[in-house]
Amino acid sequence: MAQLDIVDVGHSYTPGAEEKQWALKPLRLTFEAGKTYALVGPSGCGKTTLLNILSGLVKPSQGQVLFDGVDVTALPTKARNIAQVFQFPVIYHSMTVYENLAFPLQCRRWDKARIDAKVHQVAEALDLDDRLGQPARRLTADDKQLISLGRGLVRDDVAAVLMDEPLTVIDPQLKHSLRRKIREITEQFQPTVIYVTHDQYEAMSVAQEVLVMRDGQAMQQGTPEQLFEAPSSAYVGYFIGSPAMNFLTLDRAHQEFTLGGRTLAVAWDIPGSTSEVQVGIRPEYVKVVTEPGPNTFAARLRGVQDHGPQRVLEIDVAGQPMKAKVPREDGVPAIEEFLVHLPRAKALPYSDGYLVLQS
Amino acid sequence: MTLSATDLSLTVDGVDHLKSVTATFEPGRLHTVIGRTMAGKTTLLRALAGLQEVDSGSLTRDGADLMRTPVWRRDTAMVYQQFINYPHLSVFGNVAFPLRRQGLSRDEIQRRVSKSLALVGLTGFERRKPSQLSGGQQQRVAVARALARGTGILLLDEPLANLDYKLREQLRDEFKTLFSDQGDTIVVYTTTEPAEAMMLGDVVLVMHEGRILQVGPPQEVFERPATTTVASIINDPPMNIFPGRIEGGQVTVAGFQATHVSAHLAQLPDGAYQFGLRATDVSLASAGVEGAVTFVEISGSETFVHAAVGKTPFVIQIEGIHDVALGDLVKLRLRPERLYAFDEKGSLVRTPSYDLVSVGGR
Repeated sequence: MAQLDIVDVGHSYTPGAEEKQWALKPLRLTFEAGKTYALVGPSGCGKTTLLNILSGLVKPSQGQVLFDGVDVTALPTKARNIAQVFQFPVIYHSMTVYENLAFPLQCRRWDKARIDAKVHQVAEALDLDDRLGQPARRLTADDKQLISLGRGLVRDDVAAVLMDEPLTVIDPQLKHSLRRKIREITEQFQPTVIYVTHDQYEAMSVAQEVLVMRDGQAMQQGTPEQLFEAPSSAYVGYFIGSPAMNFLTLDRAHQEFTLGGRTLAVAWDIPGSTSEVQVGIRPEYVKVVTEPGPNTFAARLRGVQDHGPQRVLEIDVAGQPMKAKVPREDGVPAIEEFLVHLPRAKALPYSDGYLVLQS
Repeated sequence: MTLSATDLSLTVDGVDHLKSVTATFEPGRLHTVIGRTMAGKTTLLRALAGLQEVDSGSLTRDGADLMRTPVWRRDTAMVYQQFINYPHLSVFGNVAFPLRRQGLSRDEIQRRVSKSLALVGLTGFERRKPSQLSGGQQQRVAVARALARGTGILLLDEPLANLDYKLREQLRDEFKTLFSDQGDTIVVYTTTEPAEAMMLGDVVLVMHEGRILQVGPPQEVFERPATTTVASIINDPPMNIFPGRIEGGQVTVAGFQATHVSAHLAQLPDGAYQFGLRATDVSLASAGVEGAVTFVEISGSETFVHAAVGKTPFVIQIEGIHDVALGDLVKLRLRPERLYAFDEKGSLVRTPSYDLVSVGGR
């Protein structure tokens, strides 16, 4: 398993286009060996372009791709020693499950006993060991995808496994269990995995680290928890989490910020020159309280969404809409106006759409 | 203009797609039908629309038999899971298509198309082709076409299933407003997602293996699920269901220390029960019963931790997104005051209380 480095890689499908129109704006990334990464973003964000650059399907307009420090930018796909899993299962229909898994090893001229041991090890992990003799064409789509993944895992020397929306054609009911299986197997075999998806849940459930992309740019890379707790931009705050992070515009009064005339302390001090400051706070951290105190504000109830174990209160604070997520047991406020507390540690400062870092 | 289904049954290759389905659909109300894939939801909608023949049973509209009314005279519009639009027609043309077939006047068509496009937030998109729209916008066009016809019955079959979660979240919010404003229309909406069923439905119908298991307002179905199966379907993640006993004022659950029976279960006779506990009512604590993490899922803003205590699987829901590794040992704590008690056959015996607290709470 290799570490993959993306060094100032950028790509434009139209030669000579301005950089701001590139499908992938120049970026620098490191994918550590043995970890699973998800590239997530809406269509057109550049995630597939980046994957294709890693696989060698697209030669980048600029920059270098390094596999364990070796420059592979000019190498074709077959010379990169990667395994790929596509949207549609690609397997040999004329072969059995066993033969499908053994094929890449036979191509590498492994001896029979070694092949046999490896195939059984991987098949067991995939829960396919009782079906090794079956013709592969008789399997369901999700099992076929597992074989596609298994073909990558049997090869000890594979640099990385690249997966492009592998759950696309899987029945909704089975998506869940296949996602679980992929996570288990990657934990067990620890390949370097780059997993492309447009689905945030899938990205966060499958991968140890998530890279959120938008308009050809990497917006933020981090663990799901990091993306949730400290989104580096308003976009990530919106894209990760449901309901999205709340953003309220603050007024500046001398060294303080105010919301509807009352002081709001944000998580950390920010430079006095920062203009147009917003506070970002997750609906989970907004608390309904009875006693006024620091960082409490009058809220007006506009609507209630019943989600089951939680309710989402749609409220107005200082004339700005926000949401608060409360446990069902807490009930619904019986009055239209009440107080909410915005805990300081969770009230993050943003300016021009980006998190203002702690100085 | 009530729509009634009585004893609808359909068996295909020995499998019950509909089994004695009896339900009443009222005008001006949104009925959400929730069930897993293959529960019979789509079959029910198709039967209501007249697209699916059934083996037995009847359908009436205000008492008048509907079974012999052909599809095109059933006063019904339907929206499907996969967005269907005419690729060669503009957005306007797509919405106007059924109205033109009805022979409505130009002015009337113009008026209805504008109105329904405004309702779904697509004013200004009239001249675009479906291929120039996002998935969410294409589904809005399909909804607008159904609305424009102004039929008395509107059927929607998992209309959000093929959209990614941010769009689902947005359209779910929009639908709530949109459908609450449809006058006397009977709306029937299927989904596999509890939150969607709860949020949108005036009435929730729970379906499983072709049967309707429970009908009621969302709050009631959620708080008083009639059986363990309903409890599992109406909760995401499914409610934890595990065997246990009540004996001499103690609740015992395999693997856990016996606890003093909570007030709401105190009147129950001693014996074996199936207990139900929502994922939100199992917590990870510093002290408790040890379980090994088998899987971690992230859904929206919540982390679902799957852990096994002995052979009993539990799912624990924690607020926020947390990095929990597979194989980690965690300590589980059950909240005895939140236990549901079902009998051994799975029928509800006792529920925890949901006292509606006013402002503040804990």
